[in-house]
Amino acid sequence: MAKTDALQGSLDLLVLKLLSRRTRLHGYAIMAAIASASGDVLRAEEGSLYPALHRMEEAGWIRAEWIKKDTGRRARVYELTTAGLKQLGAEESRWESVSVAINRVLREA
Amino acid sequence: MSLWSRIANAFQGERLNREIEEELQLHMEEAIASGRDAGEARRAFGSSLRVREASHSIRVAGWLEGLLADVHFGWRQLCRNKVTSIAAVLSLALGIGSCVAAFRLIDALLWRPLPVANADHLYILARSMPHFDGKLIEDDHWATPEFDALRNAVKDQADLIAISEADRTDVTWTTDEDMEKANVVYASGNMFPLFGLEPAFGRLLAPTDDRAPGASPYAVLSWDYWNHRFGCDPKILGRPLHIGDQTFEIIGVGPRDFTGTEKGTVTDIFLPVSMNNFATMERAAWHRTFLMLKPGVRAGSDLEPLRQHLAAANHTFQAGCSTCFHGMPQVDIDRYLKQNLILHSAGAGILELQKDYRRFLGILGLMAALVLLIACVNVANMMTAQATARAHEMALRISIGAGRSRLIQLILCQSALLALLASVLGALFATWAAPFVLSLINPPDNPARLDLPADWRVLLFGCGLMLLVVLLLGLLPALRASAVRPVAALKGGEDPHSSRRLMRGVIALQVAFCFLALFLSSLFVASFQRLQNRPLGFSTDRLLLLQTVAGKGQLPVVWNQTTEAIRAVPGVESVAIASWPLLGRIQINSEISVNGAPPSPTPAFFLNVSSGWLSTMKIPLVSGRDFSPQDRSPGVAIVNETFARTYFPGQNPIGRSFERDGGQSPNKIVGVTPDVPYHDLREPTRAIFYVPFNGVNDKSAPQTVGFATFVIHTDAQDSLALAETLRKLIAQRHNGFRVSNVTTQYDLVRDQTVRERPIAMLAAFFAAVALLLAGIGLYAVLNYSVLQRRREIGIRMAIGSPRAGIVHLVTLDAFLMTALGGCVGAALGFGSARYVESLFYQVKATDADMIALPAGAILLTTLIATLPAVLRALRTDPTEILRAE
Repeated sequence: MAKTDALQGSLDLLVLKLLSRRTRLHGYAIMAAIASASGDVLRAEEGSLYPALHRMEEAGWIRAEWIKKDTGRRARVYELTTAGLKQLGAEESRWESVSVAINRVLREA
Repeated sequence: MSLWSRIANAFQGERLNREIEEELQLHMEEAIASGRDAGEARRAFGSSLRVREASHSIRVAGWLEGLLADVHFGWRQLCRNKVTSIAAVLSLALGIGSCVAAFRLIDALLWRPLPVANADHLYILARSMPHFDGKLIEDDHWATPEFDALRNAVKDQADLIAISEADRTDVTWTTDEDMEKANVVYASGNMFPLFGLEPAFGRLLAPTDDRAPGASPYAVLSWDYWNHRFGCDPKILGRPLHIGDQTFEIIGVGPRDFTGTEKGTVTDIFLPVSMNNFATMERAAWHRTFLMLKPGVRAGSDLEPLRQHLAAANHTFQAGCSTCFHGMPQVDIDRYLKQNLILHSAGAGILELQKDYRRFLGILGLMAALVLLIACVNVANMMTAQATARAHEMALRISIGAGRSRLIQLILCQSALLALLASVLGALFATWAAPFVLSLINPPDNPARLDLPADWRVLLFGCGLMLLVVLLLGLLPALRASAVRPVAALKGGEDPHSSRRLMRGVIALQVAFCFLALFLSSLFVASFQRLQNRPLGFSTDRLLLLQTVAGKGQLPVVWNQTTEAIRAVPGVESVAIASWPLLGRIQINSEISVNGAPPSPTPAFFLNVSSGWLSTMKIPLVSGRDFSPQDRSPGVAIVNETFARTYFPGQNPIGRSFERDGGQSPNKIVGVTPDVPYHDLREPTRAIFYVPFNGVNDKSAPQTVGFATFVIHTDAQDSLALAETLRKLIAQRHNGFRVSNVTTQYDLVRDQTVRERPIAMLAAFFAAVALLLAGIGLYAVLNYSVLQRRREIGIRMAIGSPRAGIVHLVTLDAFLMTALGGCVGAALGFGSARYVESLFYQVKATDADMIALPAGAILLTTLIATLPAVLRALRTDPTEILRAE
């Protein structure tokens, strides 16, 4: 349970950051990448990734495309848009300030 | 872009669901492919149903999806009751179409601003003064010297523009035989520049064209005339145009959309005011005076000082006019000097007889609105009935969590669908109806042309109307449906009387509207009938009228020779000459003095007629004799009975004498005729005298006559068949005569009712539709209420209620409500009739038959409408009902 809570509110940031490094990932690859990069610490309830992706898509931060996979199945892959890049900057600085503030509280309390 | 994609997705919800499903499916497959256990992956994923729902609602505009579902559902509801829906759409379409058509007419005639610059700064100058019968009359005609004086007085604050009324004038483009009619307007040279109008071609009249009388023989054509008469021929410039004995040169064509300042009349030719002979006469009030405020002068606060300034200048001019009052009695001079100046806003142009037309059009609009209201009430009723029948469904929807707003939306969707369908049909109807009604109002010899554009004004009105209809139709049923209490409804019905109370109110409302429509229409129809059947006192049968002009005038003897020539034509029974026809557009009065006394306060109207005119017109003589061919004017006269009563009360007028306009030789009365209408069918009887056609001047020399009308009684029923023969005969005699207008006495009489006839027809039509719709509405309500009360009726019958009791039960409400509605309608009717009473001829709103007729019609309709419901109630089989329960 602690694992999911850690992800609350920062899923957008993680997805955007990931897509800024590696483009054209499908949902499962995004989830797997977040899990492995964080050493399995950050792990969402996997299903909640999809509404988040769709919300960001509607907001215009990421763009989706259907591609044909080698197996013959279709996959929906996502990539960052210019608006998404801007949003990533904003989310990052917000995360910075929040984490600095939390760290200060933890040190001084 | 995001909203757009969400809206687009709302139209393809199924495809979207498939895509989401596919994406989630792929996630599972990837998980298994990467070596995870299927069960574990599924658990880690969480509820896929929830994910799907969440994604769907993110990617779709939910409100739109709901709306689409409601529209779809509403459409299915309409399709389920096809007959009712079609009836509803048709009746609404009729109502909406009538309203839009009425709006188009009223807007075009009264509200739409003229296509000129600063139309909101344009005013027309009128004056009111006491008439000789004491009533205040308002007049907007001015003499050119008066105009010049006023123009100088206010030249710093405003510009005055002289524009004459459009006059059907004989114009000649080539040879004398080719005379035709055109609407001619005289305008001061500043009109085009002040109106900000640019020529389509050539040049327009300019202020320099006002410089001296007769110095600017130039004419400007309106674009419309240039287009339909000359096919936009560019070689028109410099062509000569003959009017009377004047020749004008065409110098240009006006802008495309400017047709003059009179609504309903398209001006063909503009001429300079300075070219009209009246322009130099001090008392000839012949043109209108418009006022355009200069820039910087405020229409609100500066107008009243300006008016007072003009009034003072006008009074100074009138009082200083030495030649104006020559020979007038002092009382008339005082009356004339008591002028009051009025400024009317003229930005929307002028309409002849504007006040009367305003009221006529107002009534037309009211009738159309009543039909629409009745149709709306009908359909709202139908929807309420359906909503009540769907109370169970509504209760169920609320129980499983539908919001009230969603229920209201559901019902409003259905009414919007109805309104939309009806609006499309109504728009088609209005496209046809507005020009049709306009063609009804027009006299055939002078067809009014009016631009009836279907532009944003009409569109805006139509949309507003549609919105109103949607609310009228849907709001009540929607609120009722959303107020459903699920517990009560699902338990077996709410208060069974609540919906009937509402419907009873609706019946009363509908009957009130219907009564009002019937009442007004019966007033108009009765007025028209009485006007049409008014005893004339002369015959209109087989009377051909040839209105003839003789350039610079011709001696009476030549006119009489032409009369003889016409008499010799086969098919002519008798022929006579009059200066102008009875009930034509001309009326001229004379002041009458008896035995050298000062003129009496009431003037009398006159007509010059040849011997034989009375017998040709079939006007009998009460006493005395007809004119003989030797009679001259002044010398003898024939008078009507009102004349005899007015000037020779209690005496035998034969052999007595009177003088005209002071100073002329006396006229000896040789005959007395009954009263006949002279200028207007509606007029009270006037004092009229006839004088011989052969006029002589002071020195007993014959006077020339410039125009007169040959009155020809033909053998054949269709007297117009002879017109062409006679026209050629008159032209071939080469004595300067030209027939300028051909008509019949019958047509002149019929033209007198040109306003009453279409209003009566339209009013009768609207009233019939209103009655039909109200009848259908009543039938539907009663039928529905009997269906709803089957249980109660069955029980009553089972316990021995007599048939009369059942009938009583079913119909009492309806008749009470009809009576109530009738009373309300009558009250409304009396209230509104007060505003239009002046339009009626010998009809009063309080006449017993004016109330009896609509009351009878409504009672009959109620009886017919209740019959099926009563029969259905009586056929109720109690055993069947009770077994079913």
